[in-house]
Amino acid sequence: MATTPNAATPADFTANPRALLRRWTGADEIAHLITLIAAATLLLIAVLLVYQLWVLSAEARTRFGWSFFVTKTWDPVAGDFGALPFIYGTLVTSAVALLIAVPLGVGAAIFLAELAPPKLSSSLTFVSDLLAAVPSVIYGLLGVFLLVPLMRTTIQPALKATLGFLPLFQGTAYGIGFLTAGIVLAIMIVPFVLSVSREVLLAVARDQREAALALGATKWESTWKVVVPAARIGIFGSVFLALARALGETMAVTMVVGNNPKIAASLFSPGYSIASVLANEFSEATGNLYLSALIELGLVLFLLTFVLNGLARLLILVTTARGSGVLPT
Amino acid sequence: MRILKALSVLAVLLAIATVATLAVAEGQVLLNAAGATFPYPIYSKWFDLYHTSHSNVQINYQSIGSGGGIRQLLDKTVDFGASDGPMNDDQLKQASVPILHFPTVLGAAIPAYNVAGVQGDLNFTPEALSGIFLGTITKWNDPAITSANPGVKLPSDDIVVVHRSDGSGTSYIWTDYLSKVSSAWQSKVGKGTSVNWPVGLGGKGNEGVSALVQQTPGSIGYVELIYAIQNHMPYGKVKNSSGAFVKADLASVSAAAAAASKYIPDDFRVSITNPEGKAAYPIASFTWLLIPSKFSDSAKRDVVKDFLKWMMTDGQQYCEALAYAKLPKEVVAKEMKAIAQIQ
Repeated sequence: MATTPNAATPADFTANPRALLRRWTGADEIAHLITLIAAATLLLIAVLLVYQLWVLSAEARTRFGWSFFVTKTWDPVAGDFGALPFIYGTLVTSAVALLIAVPLGVGAAIFLAELAPPKLSSSLTFVSDLLAAVPSVIYGLLGVFLLVPLMRTTIQPALKATLGFLPLFQGTAYGIGFLTAGIVLAIMIVPFVLSVSREVLLAVARDQREAALALGATKWESTWKVVVPAARIGIFGSVFLALARALGETMAVTMVVGNNPKIAASLFSPGYSIASVLANEFSEATGNLYLSALIELGLVLFLLTFVLNGLARLLILVTTARGSGVLPT
Repeated sequence: MRILKALSVLAVLLAIATVATLAVAEGQVLLNAAGATFPYPIYSKWFDLYHTSHSNVQINYQSIGSGGGIRQLLDKTVDFGASDGPMNDDQLKQASVPILHFPTVLGAAIPAYNVAGVQGDLNFTPEALSGIFLGTITKWNDPAITSANPGVKLPSDDIVVVHRSDGSGTSYIWTDYLSKVSSAWQSKVGKGTSVNWPVGLGGKGNEGVSALVQQTPGSIGYVELIYAIQNHMPYGKVKNSSGAFVKADLASVSAAAAAASKYIPDDFRVSITNPEGKAAYPIASFTWLLIPSKFSDSAKRDVVKDFLKWMMTDGQQYCEALAYAKLPKEVVAKEMKAIAQIQ
């Protein structure tokens, strides 16, 4: 692609075109370099981040080793630290959020991309983009002052009365806890799912829809059996973007999750997430071991995101291969 | 390209010139400090007032938290630090020069609660508070609570404990007090800016705790006295070591420091929770400035010494408007002597 100016000038009998050509190929090279630098910088930032977390967490890593991942205690006074309750809380709140946000977001995206009149579609998309721009502390405050009382007085008692036989919906209804945090997270990530899914649905070629309709499919059949499968990878992508956001969300979760490093089956129970404990305890962490344990938690969150992303990619690979019939079943 | 180069050279020259003029300006002293968030309102008021009367002195204070203040002081990225809890021996050993503690103002933590049908102040004994926070007392009509509140009809509701989730000096004061009055607390939980709470929900900041307490029926939490005063929150009385139920206010907090002043050690690293004295509120603490005992820059040293003197004399009059309790005069006298240790 990036040829040298000299090599790219076969027509050297007139001065003008040659100069023009030289300028263009020069611009090509500069663009190549700039974009390369941009990409390399991203990689460098990620590497430096992991390196710093790795170095600064040395004390906790040597002290606790792998048991850090399975220890349930978090006792800054005694200097005994384990990540399990935080990993659990992060996964549970994110899972609840995805369970709510994915059907909602993808459903809305299908409606907006395929079924809604264009005017309604663009104005609703605008509203959803606005929601994505609201600072997370606002969602946290709304959670504390609106959702928490509602959960305690109405939603949690109702869940207990109907689904109370499940361990998920037992125990005292405090209003705050895993479920509330999951719901607040869901509200925060719906715009991400919606926005990206809508774009990929719109990007599916018009021919495909027309072909399906020509074969006698109804509007819904063409949407559900042709357009959505074609956009599947993009929709998965939107879900993983939303998941990443949910895993790392700090402020809103801290305000409604209950901040208690506890592993409980009930979604009503207060819990804790990795990002929340970092936000809560980092500034007042005295003592090197304590600080280093907190930094190791940061490393764990990074690892968790990495593993989940890897699994997601694997899932895409497997399902797309099967869907397109490339691999023998 | 050439223009860009020329511009960047110019910019560098300008920057050097600016730095140079700042450095040579007559007697300008710039001090950097970092630490506790709790005393930040009074510190920024003091630094601002001091700058008004000493225009050549500028003190920057970053309220990043006590832990951060101690770390930055040890790393020497600030000239002095501030903390809600005294530095421990390990931390003091890490410092290249000995660090001095100077109490500046007092803070206190109060029990706030939300109990159905209860108007007015509840009385809490140390046994009741430690039992509630340990999770051994779980009902509001437990005898440990009712016996201290004759005439108050307490419901049989479950108690919901609310504590701070973020590391804070308020938690330090609260857990320090519980450690002193309950050996079970001392052995199971201990004291610190963050601890392994046996029960309860965590709220972020004073506002998080008070929001949870106000919303959750049957809850009890602790918040910083200043926050409670500024937000007109009702709160309970606590029984002190002389057996009197005392409501926290600026006078009873200062009284706690005065009562404790006779056994304050020379390095001022002292906890004044649960002191003697009938008027003393038992859950109070100093907050400290952490000053290195040696300054390589004599101008900075003189400014710090002068500021400390000013803070303990003229500066104290601004405390009460911001709802901080003043240092008792016994402590001021002792600190004045300690200033001489700064070299």
